[in-house]
Amino acid sequence: MFGLFVLVLSLGAFTVSSNLDVDGYGIGDVATDFSLKNIDGNMVSLSDFKEAKGYLVIFTCNTCPYSVAYEDRINALDAKYKPQGIPVIAINPNNPAAKPGDSFEKMKARAAEKNFSFPYLFDKGQTIYPQYGATRTPHVFLLEKTDRGNMVKYIGAIDDNYRDASQVEEKFVENAVDALLAGKEIKTKTTKAIGCGIR
Amino acid sequence: MKNLVLMIVLVLSIALGCGNKTEKGSAENLSEPQDYALVQTNKNEDVKFPVYDFEEFEPLLHKDDGKTYIINFWATWCKPCIVELPYFERINAEQKDNNVEVLLVSLDMPNMWKSRLEPFVEKKGMKSKVVILDDPKQNEWIPKVSEEWGGGIPATLIYNKEKRNFYEKGFTYEELNQELDKFLN
Repeated sequence: MFGLFVLVLSLGAFTVSSNLDVDGYGIGDVATDFSLKNIDGNMVSLSDFKEAKGYLVIFTCNTCPYSVAYEDRINALDAKYKPQGIPVIAINPNNPAAKPGDSFEKMKARAAEKNFSFPYLFDKGQTIYPQYGATRTPHVFLLEKTDRGNMVKYIGAIDDNYRDASQVEEKFVENAVDALLAGKEIKTKTTKAIGCGIR
Repeated sequence: MKNLVLMIVLVLSIALGCGNKTEKGSAENLSEPQDYALVQTNKNEDVKFPVYDFEEFEPLLHKDDGKTYIINFWATWCKPCIVELPYFERINAEQKDNNVEVLLVSLDMPNMWKSRLEPFVEKKGMKSKVVILDDPKQNEWIPKVSEEWGGGIPATLIYNKEKRNFYEKGFTYEELNQELDKFLN
């Protein structure tokens, strides 16, 4: 209940389209699949990845300084975990009318520039991020594929130092994925970080 | 053959060098590891505003001197923050004699302090006190500002001796005044 209250507050901070599912996901919830357009023009769904054991769904964008700071690290996460069955699926949740730098064309350009190895999808109409409860970029949701659906296992930041990858002391996402792959309990299930509000 | 290799290395390093320059020139691109050295030297230059890590900053959240403090967390890259700044400026001016003080806490990144933050504050002629909070261990300090805070900005803390409220939202002038009133009566 308290969490809900916080979420309502935080969603209130952003100018977003109406009819939001203000609940968002908590740990253990089953996350929705989607069909969103990738920068290569193809539609991508989680269910396309037949062999996947899970997914790193990362809401990110071109224009946020924090997202930019993490681009190389997101590439590295995909390189490390896609072969182990947990690919990165990046989603840009911003409305290009509010943030012209996050248009589909600009997404293509940025992905090419940074050699994104992962799908970079556009949340057209901003229908997916509110269901997840993403409030900022970058915002990570680690999902585990189970018989019940894609279960949320971790929500939060990539690591504990946005500024300098070499100064990171706790790799939140890597620790969570490693635990998931090892069938162990994830110790830190949620973390907080400053990020850019989704608009 | 050796010469050719040397040439290629030379050409490559020139090309890379240019690339870096454009990166640094653009405000939205940052935090490449090689930028960090630059960022560190920046820090020692005299930035106009005090730069705190959270430990140094925390006492400003717990002053006990009878004043009401409005602590606003913002950044030059955060559009809704920029939109509401004039309201905080106005309140600061109007409520000075009412024992109210506005503190604007910039979360801009180090390589923006000189290039964006200083010019912004100057251009807008901002009168409220501005400090920089520069502490990458956000997961540790965000809950210390407020357990309610998810990390989004704009965010504002209003407190005095008796009362303390946290808002992870943008304010209009009227809303801010209304909230402040609850602290002054």
